[in-house]
Amino acid sequence: MALAYSFGPRKSAWSSGFWACFLGCGLVLAAVIPAINLWMPPNSAAALPDYLIPLLGKYLCYALLAVSLDLIWGYAGILSLGHGAFFALGGYCMGMYLMRQIGTRGVYGNPLLPDFMVFLNWQKLPWFWWGFDHFAWAAAMVILVPGLLALVFGWLAFRSRVTGVYLSIITQAMTYALMLAFFRNDMGFGGNNGMTDYKDILGWDVHQPATRLGLYLASVAALGLGYLLCRYITSSKLGRVLLALRDAESRVRFLGYSVTNAKLFVFTVSAVLAGIAGALYVPQVGIINPSEFSPGNSIEIAIWVSVGGRGTLSGAIVGALLVNAAKTWLTGAAPETWLFVLGALFVATTLVFPRGIVGLLRQVRWTRLRAPTPVAAGEQA
Amino acid sequence: MNTVSTTDALLYLNGVTVSFDGFRALNELSLIVEKGELRTIIGPNGAGKTTMMDVVTGKTRPDSGEVFFQGTADLTRLDEAKIANLGIGRKFQRPTVFENLTVFENLELSLADSRTTWGTLFGRLTPDRRDRIGATLARIGLTEQSGQPAGALSHGQKQWLEIGMLLIHDRTLLLLDEPVAGMTDRETEETAELILDLAKDRTIIVVEHDMAFVRSLGARVTVLHEGSVLAEGSIDHVQDDPRVIEVYLGR
Repeated sequence: MALAYSFGPRKSAWSSGFWACFLGCGLVLAAVIPAINLWMPPNSAAALPDYLIPLLGKYLCYALLAVSLDLIWGYAGILSLGHGAFFALGGYCMGMYLMRQIGTRGVYGNPLLPDFMVFLNWQKLPWFWWGFDHFAWAAAMVILVPGLLALVFGWLAFRSRVTGVYLSIITQAMTYALMLAFFRNDMGFGGNNGMTDYKDILGWDVHQPATRLGLYLASVAALGLGYLLCRYITSSKLGRVLLALRDAESRVRFLGYSVTNAKLFVFTVSAVLAGIAGALYVPQVGIINPSEFSPGNSIEIAIWVSVGGRGTLSGAIVGALLVNAAKTWLTGAAPETWLFVLGALFVATTLVFPRGIVGLLRQVRWTRLRAPTPVAAGEQA
Repeated sequence: MNTVSTTDALLYLNGVTVSFDGFRALNELSLIVEKGELRTIIGPNGAGKTTMMDVVTGKTRPDSGEVFFQGTADLTRLDEAKIANLGIGRKFQRPTVFENLTVFENLELSLADSRTTWGTLFGRLTPDRRDRIGATLARIGLTEQSGQPAGALSHGQKQWLEIGMLLIHDRTLLLLDEPVAGMTDRETEETAELILDLAKDRTIIVVEHDMAFVRSLGARVTVLHEGSVLAEGSIDHVQDDPRVIEVYLGR
């Protein structure tokens, strides 16, 4: 039975090798890194200073954002160049909660109104700020606001069969429009300055190392769960429908699948994940402002995904971590070169290695496995 | 022509007109296909063969006219997915298999199974469905290629895979657009046998240029010309028709 191994769907997405790899990475992120941070003497070579924890946490939020984009771009062919908008909306929901937690500790000491509203001479809290003093409400909004926007936007776009570059352009327009709106002071979200000077989250001081470690661990958990969710979706039959519609959309319709519904589903899931990433990002960086909506930010997300390898999920994580680590390092060491490096990376991933880092590694491993003789593979099976 | 009863016809087109920028791709086309029939449709380029299929499968909305399936379903009001789920399958002129999916997965997506987003998200491939895929693979001769990406198949194999994708879904009506285009003589013969075999328990409409192939199917032939029916009957009958000779065969 030389061919027995090839009969059936592709290799299970949930093999023991996968779990070993997943749990290994999770263990390093969730246990080893905090342990080094807590127990290494601060001046030893292996020490992990406190400031690195929120930095790593920020990268993990970016990684979750990249995974959410890979789900729709790598698998369903929906290149959203406005995904930063969902991230920012999740961030704003969290920012509103954090602003309400400041209470009388603000510069103006107003128990109800955030400082920027007092400054604008507002007398009462706008209706859409209602409930944001409760964490549960804010958490629900983190999911609902990006999710509903994606549902409405996606329904209009996918129902009218807007695809490819046209869809990318309208997603850019969407995030740009939101940026302009959030820049306005009378929107009630702090305008140009956004929201900052947070004090507490769930009663914990956001500046304390323990709180920062907690937020970091929450980011690890969110990334892990978000990744598993995306992996479940992409390895289900729906994942194959997505791959099929990415390559031949009208053919999928003639098979009887609703392309609109399938796209709408993953687009909404993706937006919710992006919103959660944004909500975890804001308390770790300590600020949210309208620049998070800028079209350039959203394009950067696409670069992370293509550097890591689109359509791989794990590549999105690798790409987000590597590109952002490089950005942190280079903007410190040689700030004027960063945009050139970013541009060069994008050109290189497009022309030289279109499968990205993970795609390239898989190709190497695949050719090595197949190289001896195909019969050898059959005998093992 | 408008007095025809719609009651038992499987597919009923009446006075269907489709214009693209003033060009009438279909011009008051009326066509009736009975249940269980094997019908071949021929005609010169631009006669409206592909547009006719587009109308039946919901890709193109007619400007006017009626299109009914099984006497009751108004195909001019449904989208592609809904029409496909009524039991109308289509094979395209260019083989369109999903190149990045394996041969097995191409068939899996074509199985008569839940088509909803939830159904595909949580659905499992049951053993009997797996057996069905296995049987279909054997029938189209692609068992050995099961795990290969469909993009790696030869042109003829892709055509067969596409036919397999239609087979596995138990469609009531199959529309085959040039099923032997680009096939070798041997493959063409095998395809004719397969189609005759399939026609035993379903209705099939074949659009084809290859006259030898049309003859080998031995079915009723409809000749389209400038968007409407020019002649209809056996292959010998239409080949003797002077109008057909003039517009098509005699050139």
